[in-house]
Amino acid sequence: MTIQVRNLCKAFGDFVALDDVSLEVPGGELVALLGPSGSGKTTLLRIIAGLEPADRGAIFFQGEDATSTPVRERQVGFVFQHYALFRHMSVFENVAFGLRVRPKAARPSEAEIRDTVMGLLELVQLDVLARRRPSELSGGQRQRVALARALAVKPRVLLLDEPFGALDAKVRKELRRWLRRLHEEAHVTSVLVTHDQEEALEVSDRVVIMNDGRVEQSGTPEEVYDHPATPFVYGFLGDVNLFHGRVGGGRVSIGRGTLDAPEWAGAEEQAAVVYVRTHDVELAASPAGAASLEAVVRRVRAYGPLVRVELDLVEGGRSIEAHIPRARCERLALARGRRLFVSPVNPRIFAEPA
Amino acid sequence: MATIAITRPAGAAPPAIRRATGESPAVRRVLTGLALAFLGLTLVLPLVLVLHEALAKGFAAYLAAIREPDALSAARLTLLIAGVAVPVNLVFGVAAAWCIAKFEFRGKSLLITLIDLPFAVSPVISGMIFVLLFGAHGWFGAWLADHDVRIVFAVPGMVLATTFVTSPLIARELIPLMQEQGSDQEEAAIVLGARGWQTFWRVTLPNIKWGLLYGLILCNARAMGEFGAVSVVSGHIRGETNTLPLHVEILYNEYSFAASFAVASLLTLLALVTLALKTAVEWQQRRQALEGAETSVPTERIAA
Repeated sequence: MTIQVRNLCKAFGDFVALDDVSLEVPGGELVALLGPSGSGKTTLLRIIAGLEPADRGAIFFQGEDATSTPVRERQVGFVFQHYALFRHMSVFENVAFGLRVRPKAARPSEAEIRDTVMGLLELVQLDVLARRRPSELSGGQRQRVALARALAVKPRVLLLDEPFGALDAKVRKELRRWLRRLHEEAHVTSVLVTHDQEEALEVSDRVVIMNDGRVEQSGTPEEVYDHPATPFVYGFLGDVNLFHGRVGGGRVSIGRGTLDAPEWAGAEEQAAVVYVRTHDVELAASPAGAASLEAVVRRVRAYGPLVRVELDLVEGGRSIEAHIPRARCERLALARGRRLFVSPVNPRIFAEPA
Repeated sequence: MATIAITRPAGAAPPAIRRATGESPAVRRVLTGLALAFLGLTLVLPLVLVLHEALAKGFAAYLAAIREPDALSAARLTLLIAGVAVPVNLVFGVAAAWCIAKFEFRGKSLLITLIDLPFAVSPVISGMIFVLLFGAHGWFGAWLADHDVRIVFAVPGMVLATTFVTSPLIARELIPLMQEQGSDQEEAAIVLGARGWQTFWRVTLPNIKWGLLYGLILCNARAMGEFGAVSVVSGHIRGETNTLPLHVEILYNEYSFAASFAVASLLTLLALVTLALKTAVEWQQRRQALEGAETSVPTERIAA
């Protein structure tokens, strides 16, 4: 089922949570709403669910206006960050809740409820724990119960609010993979809210990046990562270095170094912000071309396949970070205090806002 | 490979480690002693005295004082008043706590202050309010007299005064509890298709049941024991508008000490039962809170 959000606005007192947000979730896809705290992503999710009213704008489910449909009639499944399990009920009863509260005519028989619930608990691999109370489960298990509970009512849309936010890194990674597999089997249209860019890029079909109540960019993970539309998106996805310089006439200058900037060939000279990903910073013992900037190594962290090197630029004193392969690090014999030359590759240039 | 051997001379006890945060034994003993002496003087001694005085003229006299028609009538009236005041406050308390804990609205802090008002004013003043409203010279006095309705110096006035004085007890017990629990579970229930009523019965009520019971016990104890407010609006008519606390006073003023203490022992018994129930409920509540602490991780809510 497709979800369309049109020109949504929402304010809490003076704080503008959503400022004219429009987006589309194609049927059967998993879309991640990604953004920092306070960017409006949870508010957007709660408005889609119907837990919060919008000030202006409209929500369409499968082309039908659902803006004023009561929550209980929207047929959405909602997974809360802190699970919100009914703590006085067993795992079984938690999952059965949505079926038991149906009006008599639509309520399945006791045997049907049993089959549905046990089926779902098998799906989330918790069938052996059906009689336990939520307090007797681990965080990851609780979140899986919450997911089974949301799926029990056969939702048309599954909404997940920071579902793995309260879990430790290892469990989070496992559940992330598991959620993706589940999505590929069930194909329920899903919206996932997260502030973890790695999670968003790994799990979703499409990513919507939000900032200050607005959509900055949306697209597939590859699109938004490789072609960030705004400085914010560039900075938010992955580790970056930021340089201030001047651009114009097909060149960008950072301090004494200059780089080619063909897309700015026709532009007048102006102040610019230059972003370079940490793995696009090359280090060399001697100046290599016009783009080299002299720097001093401050700290080297050599765990994992990439070595993280922190450097201070000699000119201007700005500190930058470079991630380089281990072999290259050994060849350069990197150590604290060593002087070398830095050249940015694949810079992304944005005009500095006046 | 290195081995580390920890050896201790045979027979030598390890040196006792005093808790770094503790006071010296002497200070602790003095403080504990003072607290116990105070408790004995203000709680245990009066309790013993009530029972001693009540049985001063023997068990038969004790039974007779309790079975006396005026005493029985006072007991019935006390039960009636509590029987009305407690359910009314149950509904009011749950509704007020629900509204304060789960919704944001203007004038919320004013409402919280208003709920506390009966605690802030003296019970005698609370009684006076009803005399001023419904008494012969009160605001509604003339109208009530015309329609032959008696409120003050009659049972309705006593019920009203008791309800007013005990109204904060349940609400105050529930407000912090419901605020702490938040509305996540209710929201989950509504998304799953539950109606308002189903959400209340199946989710909200089970979560607050121990706090509610605790509030009920306190409210009941106060309703049965209330003296000041009830004394003002009661006509002090024996067998008609006399509650147990008022009856104790009348007997005492008539110098029938044994009878007075016998009736007082009933109220004392009520206090002890209340205390036992309260402890049991508190224990249950703690157990539930412990479970709850594991279930919900009440870290800061990220307003994203």
